[in-house]
Amino acid sequence: MKMPEPDAAILSRRQAIATALGAIVPGEGVIVDEEERRAYESDGLTAYRQLPLIVVLPTTTQQVAAVLRYCQGEGIKVVPRGAGTSLSGGALPLTDGILLGLGRFKRILDIDYDNRCVVAQPGVTNLAISDAVAERGFYYAPDPSSQIACTIGGNVAENSGGVHCLKYGMTTNNLLGLEIVTMEGEIVRLGGRHLDADGYDLLGIMTGSEGLLGVITEVTVRILPKPATARALLIGFQTSESAGDCVAAIIAGGIIPAGMEMMDRPAIHAVEAFVKAGYPLDVEALLIVELDGPKPEVDYLIGKVEAIARENAAVSVRISTSEAERLAFWAGRKAAFPAVGRISPDYYCMDGTIPRHRLPTVLARIRQLSARHGLEVANVFHAGDGNLHPLILYDANNSGELEKAEEFGADILRLCVEVGGVLTGEHGVGVEKRDLMPIMFSDDDLKQQQRLKCAFDPKQLLNPGKVFPVLHRCAELGRMHVRSGFTPFPDLPRF
Amino acid sequence: MATTLKPADPNQLRDMVLFMASKKTPAEIVGAGTKRGLGRPLDLDYRIETGALAGIDLYEPEELVMRAGAGTRLAHIERALETHRQQLAFEPIDYGPLLGEPAGKASIGGVFACNLSGPRRVKAGAARDHLLGFVAVSGRGETFKSGGRVVKNVTGYDLCKLMAGSWGTLAVMEQVTFKVLPAPEATATLLIQGLDDRRAIRLLTLALQSPHEVSGAAHLPAGIGAGAAAADIAGPATLLRLEGVPPSVEARVAALGELIGGDGIDILDGAASLAIWRALRDVLPFAGQADRPVWRLSVPPAAGAGVVAAIGAQLPAEAYYDWGGGLIWLMLDRRADAGAGLIRAAVGDVGGHAMLVRATPEVRASVPVFEPQDRAVGGLTRRIKEGFDPVGILNPGRMYAGV
Ligand SMILES: Cc1cc2nc3c(=O)[nH]c(=O)nc-3n(C[C@H](O)[C@H](O)[C@H](O)COP(=O)(O)OP(=O)(O)OC[C@H]3O[C@@H](n4cnc5c(N)ncnc54)[C@H](O)[C@@H]3O)c2cc1C
Repeated sequence: MKMPEPDAAILSRRQAIATALGAIVPGEGVIVDEEERRAYESDGLTAYRQLPLIVVLPTTTQQVAAVLRYCQGEGIKVVPRGAGTSLSGGALPLTDGILLGLGRFKRILDIDYDNRCVVAQPGVTNLAISDAVAERGFYYAPDPSSQIACTIGGNVAENSGGVHCLKYGMTTNNLLGLEIVTMEGEIVRLGGRHLDADGYDLLGIMTGSEGLLGVITEVTVRILPKPATARALLIGFQTSESAGDCVAAIIAGGIIPAGMEMMDRPAIHAVEAFVKAGYPLDVEALLIVELDGPKPEVDYLIGKVEAIARENAAVSVRISTSEAERLAFWAGRKAAFPAVGRISPDYYCMDGTIPRHRLPTVLARIRQLSARHGLEVANVFHAGDGNLHPLILYDANNSGELEKAEEFGADILRLCVEVGGVLTGEHGVGVEKRDLMPIMFSDDDLKQQQRLKCAFDPKQLLNPGKVFPVLHRCAELGRMHVRSGFTPFPDLPRF
Repeated sequence: MATTLKPADPNQLRDMVLFMASKKTPAEIVGAGTKRGLGRPLDLDYRIETGALAGIDLYEPEELVMRAGAGTRLAHIERALETHRQQLAFEPIDYGPLLGEPAGKASIGGVFACNLSGPRRVKAGAARDHLLGFVAVSGRGETFKSGGRVVKNVTGYDLCKLMAGSWGTLAVMEQVTFKVLPAPEATATLLIQGLDDRRAIRLLTLALQSPHEVSGAAHLPAGIGAGAAAADIAGPATLLRLEGVPPSVEARVAALGELIGGDGIDILDGAASLAIWRALRDVLPFAGQADRPVWRLSVPPAAGAGVVAAIGAQLPAEAYYDWGGGLIWLMLDRRADAGAGLIRAAVGDVGGHAMLVRATPEVRASVPVFEPQDRAVGGLTRRIKEGFDPVGILNPGRMYAGV
């Protein structure tokens, strides 16, 4: 993975820069010591590590603005970071850049039940928001599996999803307002407690911008009343084709479950060995379908889904009759990553999305790729929305295996795009998928995206080296080459 | 009289935009042209109409996805969806009647470009939340795409959000891919009469705080209901809509009725329910009074009644609420400034925005139609526009002067 060439002049000024930053963020907020910096050397994509020049941990928006203004003036790169759980290397530090940690922005600023929203600082964890409003029966819907650790600021930056986003949407659909600071140090407020933008949807653009457009310093999210009931079905199939057909039939039947998750045989076995969730071991695919809402609706739809499952060759159907049983169904799925981590020294989690009906084809092709690359793979999917998480098993201590796993992963993502899907459904491009972007986008597509970057950060100092395979200068991107002397279409219909 | 160009295919569209760019000649971009009366008035020599870039070229009901040419009529799309009992869940408003244009003529490109929505916005989101991908021609005359055909996608910046609500000022969409959803099997509306605005908004708030999945929460003060054509309600009417499978709707009607205090609740179901929400969606209470300005205010829902009271204290105004109080449709008597200063001050006090949706071209030329922007957001807006349309040939000034 090639990162932008470090700037030797900046590297040599570490002490002076630290002193200047210390004047902005007093006390413990500036970390220069190498051992302490090591805690920030990677995010959840641990295959990549790099020590940042300096770590800065501000506590106020004013400090963030002053740090960015200083860095802008000095030409110093900045990498924002929340909890560092990104799986795509979005928070990977730069050796000649400041790592700007938002971990100290930990306060919930307001809970507004009348307007059904919460205003939080970006370092508040996803789960803490739901916990804070649980007493009144509310919750924040997007629920990434990392929700105990990941921050709401990181969720916005990655447009994170969770098992319930099939029905309730991703972060972007649950966001009302933001305060951001641009690289120029300008504090910008977007949205508020009302719906929809008045001008360009900058809130929508910030969401999923992977720390490249601005630093998020405050977040306003919508909260929802908790559904009155939730029940789940655990359905086993002899083939992944039948499981895929069942998923399609449920949706075609007009039912949008709260969540619809699938696991293949290797994943089921890994999970069962780990948490003893009571999953059947003699099936090729297992579906968890959760329905939530008013009790009469859930009971009615459970019946419909059960019938659809039987019509689609389900070999086992269990229906939760208690909250404990529902949670037990989920316990396995939620432990899928660590369970796979137990059976293999290392695993590499992929995140492509495909049109649902291509699932059987894609699974078969993944099995072929697995044989070709000589690496095992366990599959867990957000089946309802076609988001795949193949977990590639490898051992980093065997030389060359990491590279093999990466090649295998890249092949899976190429396959996703080939069948009409995309490179990443929720984990982001980061550094991981940066060089695969041309598979999905033309040069013009990518340039147009980068022009958006130029509107926010013309010097391209904020999180450079992420998302885009080629960095063009903004001046070059801005130029327009139009041939003049066009003839005005003699052959065109005009009225 | 403007020259109207009707590209027959995407290549012609690109060539036309290139021509405009090379001549530095701006063009008005329209789909079916039903919303030409929205926004700041444009008086340009050229108009590009996307009407011929039409047709549904992909519809997979079990994948909940449709792809169509930007010029495809919304009515055509809705008919196709009905055959599979599906719908556009964001319930886009038909601005035709309010703006004195025929109903049912809008194009799907316009629906997304203007980020339309309807009463179900509170539960299902707006157009922005359903646009999955698009192909467009930028003001540089370059064809580019973003997004895809799947719902879960974070590959690159989410330009779909930017296109939704950019009113044709950044690029001309030629094709859109969007999410479709099952249509509810049953619908019912609880009607509570006689509440004043504040009590009504409190009741809507209570309902929206409940787990009963309210998909429409509106209040019509006295005098408005009569115009809604759909139901002859004399006094103030507070409306709560429930949708879903029949057993669920039935149970929730009962539960919600109990929550908000049993007596005096009427239930509208089936056609009556559909008709009244359609009338509210399309602002029929204010249709047909072309010389009176109409505003659309988006505010924190609990602040809705206060905003209307603050405006009403100074100007005779008629208003009704949707989105639990968060969306206010407000009609004034004819005034040179359409009451802009007062309305924007009242909205500014609580946070939100106000758009002048109906006024004469003279008023729309002199009063900011979209909420005026602060320096920071204005700067970003201008720089984004420059990145997409450096010469300023696509709908220049439709949203803001100089953009
Ligand atoms: C075990 C595990 C399970 C996971 N499950 C899911 C899942 O189910 N769904 C899902 O979507 N993701 C999942 N993730 C990925 C990850 O948790 C999310 O992407 C999360 O949103 C990252 O949040 P963070 O606070 O850790 O951000 P970080 O990793 O610190 O940063 C992520 C990106 O956001 C930027 N950033 C962070 N904070 C800010 C800010 N305040 N302002 C501007 N930019 C900022 C960073 O520069 C970086 O590019 C999982 C990760 C792990 C390790």
